[in-house]
Amino acid sequence: MSSRDRILGRVRRALADVPPDDTPYEQAVSRDYLRQHGDRGAEETVDLLAENLVDYRAVVHRSDTAGLPALIAHLLGERGSKTVLVPPGLDESWLADTEVTRVTDRPDSTPHELDRVDSVVTGCAVAIAETGTIVLDGSPDQGRRRITLIPDHHVCVIRIPDQVVSSVPQALDRLVPARPLTLISGPSATSDIELDRVEGVHGPRTLEVVLVSGE
Amino acid sequence: MSATFVGMPGFPEFPSFPEAAHEAVRDKTLRGNLRHATHTIRAKRAKAVAEVSDWAALREAGRQIKDHTLRHLDRYLVQVEEAVTAAGGTVHWAVDADEANRIVADLVKRTGEREVVKVKSMATQEIGLNEALEAEGIHAYETDLAELIVQLGKDRPSHILVPAIHRNRGEIRDIFRSEMSAWGRPAPEGLSDTPAELAEAARLHLREKFLRAKVGISGANFVVAETGTLVVVESEGNGRMCLTLPETLISVVGIEKIVPTWRDLEVFLQTLPRSSTAERMNPYTSMWTGTTGQDGPSTFHLVLLDNGRTDTLADQVGRQALRCIRCSACLNVCPVYERAGGHAYGSVYPGPIGAILSPQLRGTGSEIDASLPYASSLCGACYEVCPVAIDIPEVLVHLRERVAQGGQATRGGNKVVLKPAKGHAAERTAMRAARLALSHPGLLRGGQRLASRTRRFHPRSLPGPGKAWSGTRDLPALPAEPFRDWWQRTHAERGGQGGKDGAK
Amino acid sequence: MRVALFLTCVNDTLYPDTGRAVVKLLTRLGVDVDFPMAQTCCGQAHYNTGYRHEAEPLARRFAEVFRGYEAIVTPSGSCGAMVRDLYPRMGERAHAEGRGDTLARTLAPVVPKTYELTEFLVDVLGVTDVGAYYPHTVTYHPTCHGLRVLGLGDRPRRLLQAVKGLELVELPGAEECCGFGGTFAVKNPDVSAAMGTDKVRNAESTGAEVLCAADNSCLMHIGGTMTRLRTGMRPVHLAEILASTEEEPAA
Repeated sequence: MSSRDRILGRVRRALADVPPDDTPYEQAVSRDYLRQHGDRGAEETVDLLAENLVDYRAVVHRSDTAGLPALIAHLLGERGSKTVLVPPGLDESWLADTEVTRVTDRPDSTPHELDRVDSVVTGCAVAIAETGTIVLDGSPDQGRRRITLIPDHHVCVIRIPDQVVSSVPQALDRLVPARPLTLISGPSATSDIELDRVEGVHGPRTLEVVLVSGE
Repeated sequence: MSATFVGMPGFPEFPSFPEAAHEAVRDKTLRGNLRHATHTIRAKRAKAVAEVSDWAALREAGRQIKDHTLRHLDRYLVQVEEAVTAAGGTVHWAVDADEANRIVADLVKRTGEREVVKVKSMATQEIGLNEALEAEGIHAYETDLAELIVQLGKDRPSHILVPAIHRNRGEIRDIFRSEMSAWGRPAPEGLSDTPAELAEAARLHLREKFLRAKVGISGANFVVAETGTLVVVESEGNGRMCLTLPETLISVVGIEKIVPTWRDLEVFLQTLPRSSTAERMNPYTSMWTGTTGQDGPSTFHLVLLDNGRTDTLADQVGRQALRCIRCSACLNVCPVYERAGGHAYGSVYPGPIGAILSPQLRGTGSEIDASLPYASSLCGACYEVCPVAIDIPEVLVHLRERVAQGGQATRGGNKVVLKPAKGHAAERTAMRAARLALSHPGLLRGGQRLASRTRRFHPRSLPGPGKAWSGTRDLPALPAEPFRDWWQRTHAERGGQGGKDGAK
Repeated sequence: MRVALFLTCVNDTLYPDTGRAVVKLLTRLGVDVDFPMAQTCCGQAHYNTGYRHEAEPLARRFAEVFRGYEAIVTPSGSCGAMVRDLYPRMGERAHAEGRGDTLARTLAPVVPKTYELTEFLVDVLGVTDVGAYYPHTVTYHPTCHGLRVLGLGDRPRRLLQAVKGLELVELPGAEECCGFGGTFAVKNPDVSAAMGTDKVRNAESTGAEVLCAADNSCLMHIGGTMTRLRTGMRPVHLAEILASTEEEPAA
């Protein structure tokens, strides 16, 4: 007998005492919890996102579309970055004002190569206000998961208000499970020393979030 | 090694919980470290939970999702297999620890690699994977900061979330200074004990391992049956490193980690971080479904692990332990854990959840497992904070019954009748005698009167086994007469039911 | 209303003062209270130590002795929790073991009628000021089963706050278990004692003369630790404070 059959057989025998139950799953669980916490307008939701991002030590900037290239150039300059990773589908205008050397992610880029790049600039799929979370889904403006992981400085651009939702349930509604997803809430951190949170371990130690309004 | 091993490889024999705790409560450093850490997180958890007004509803939904999944686990296991396979992964089934270790070792050997990087995983701790790999000449590097501290210190984990909770910053610095060089990049010169510098030292030490790793090994917090998606919740980014940089990823996951639908994650992604690290959301959560082109590993294996879980599922009262999402809130709030420390539980699962999980996964045969159900004052703080409402006190009492009285259980998929554990014979006799006396008010009264009449001769402390009480506490003074005598003297004339001793 | 006092075997044997205090207090509040002499023990110690089957005859006995009363009042959070929370589970377990629903049906009538003392005072009698006088500084320890199983909430505190002359001071770490836990106290004496010591040190830090709780089992452990550590504090059951008046102060 295969281990698969043994395990499935054990599960069935283990449940022999349980009466049959054919309730469809949609009705089997009472979901009396809230779809979002509190009632906010779009602007307040963006404010809450900014507040929670800052609370977990992300650096938050605001800009309109026209000012974005200058802001990104400023952030990379201030950081002293010499190179910046660019996802394949990033809006080229975002980097129009910076002289920093662009590095394109190739399928055969090794982790060691990526480790030599100073910064990365990406868009995002959705952001969650209640938790201060940005979600990347591997779309062309975000690239492969590794490019937002290895460089020590991540600049993430969020279009407001349309990319911002209030809550975790609302965010999951917008996401496609089959895509590789990364939820990011602040720079990397650990609570492993005396259960106290310290920022800055393996992921990018500086997370800068740009909230961009307008078209 | 037994088929169902939930212990620390290399530490095969564990003393009973009271014996281990006897040492631990006298260790001032340990007591201080645990007190500081658990009290810090307790207050923070309470605050993080109070932020969400619908906590009770989230908790109830989490309980129901897990119960439903367990109720239909055979169906969902098959669904997971289909979905993961369709997404480009390969699914393996492991009945016990030995089989899981064999599967993983063979998969690693097939890649030709001699080292693997690991994301913190309770399942691989439980099966002793690192030691099994080492025996095959494969080095497994733990990459979670606390796991690294434990691995470098040749230590045992003592907490589910923070395995090195028993170490303070000074001890961690000393371990880094003396041990890092033997494993790779040495600790920086002049390393201090500030948490930021310690985290930086870990970053530098592990970076070279991440960047060259070809094989990653993980567990998973959740597996979504309808989509085949795996979820790993973490903080440091070591998880992302292990899950995305290697060419091959092997995930060892207990069969109880399944949730039916994508939507179910909306519950647990709210309750787990707040219960665990007391954050609104943990810094990083990775979700992947099979393999994805050039993004991440090109080969993905999922090992579904039983190792005592189906035996646990067979127990009507005990099966609720399989709801556990490994948040460790019950450890942090437990007054017994705070004083005895995690090592006393003799398992990778310490604290209240460990006290009900280990004796079910491993059985109650060993000294440590037979003592774990008693490692609680039944204060109920664990149940109160549990985000999936596991009634830990209820299961503890149920397992006490199994230890003291024996009875039906399932071991290795077979129904067995357990004999009462050794060393409970005197207790059993005493309980029976007490019950008989208490079934006859006349006997109770006789005993009370005898005690009261001889009360001048009763000491405030006891010799022999009585020392368990009076080693640290005085006995109460006996009253001149029991209440029932006073009542009869003063109220009996009123008649009614109260007047008589009762005929029963 | 026919009200029965379920004193508990521990109080009956070791703490008759608490029983006399409950009788005095309830009588003062106009309640006609009876003490059925056939009562013994609810079976909690048996049940929680893993001897459920030995607890069953005691539970059946409890149900028979008390079923004729309209309310059953007990000055013990843990024994109250035994009846209210665990008796129904005993019935369910017996049913699951194929023994029918006899036990469940026998126990069911007494479950909703059983009240812990402070519940009876606040919820049934609707009083928080019981006319007590107790000129001492008191700190209150909420015992675990009263707090978490019965959900006594702020009832005990409200009753204490209404006592004339009483100064109530907050106990640090109040909601943490004292470490008694029935047989836990002797099966895990080291951890139990460490918890007890911390509880007593916290109590001492308040400067109170009295540590009050609504369960004498916990007070036996805390009090035994207090005298061993030679603190000047006394453990006193809540009922004895509430029974105390200017005319008849507590000893």
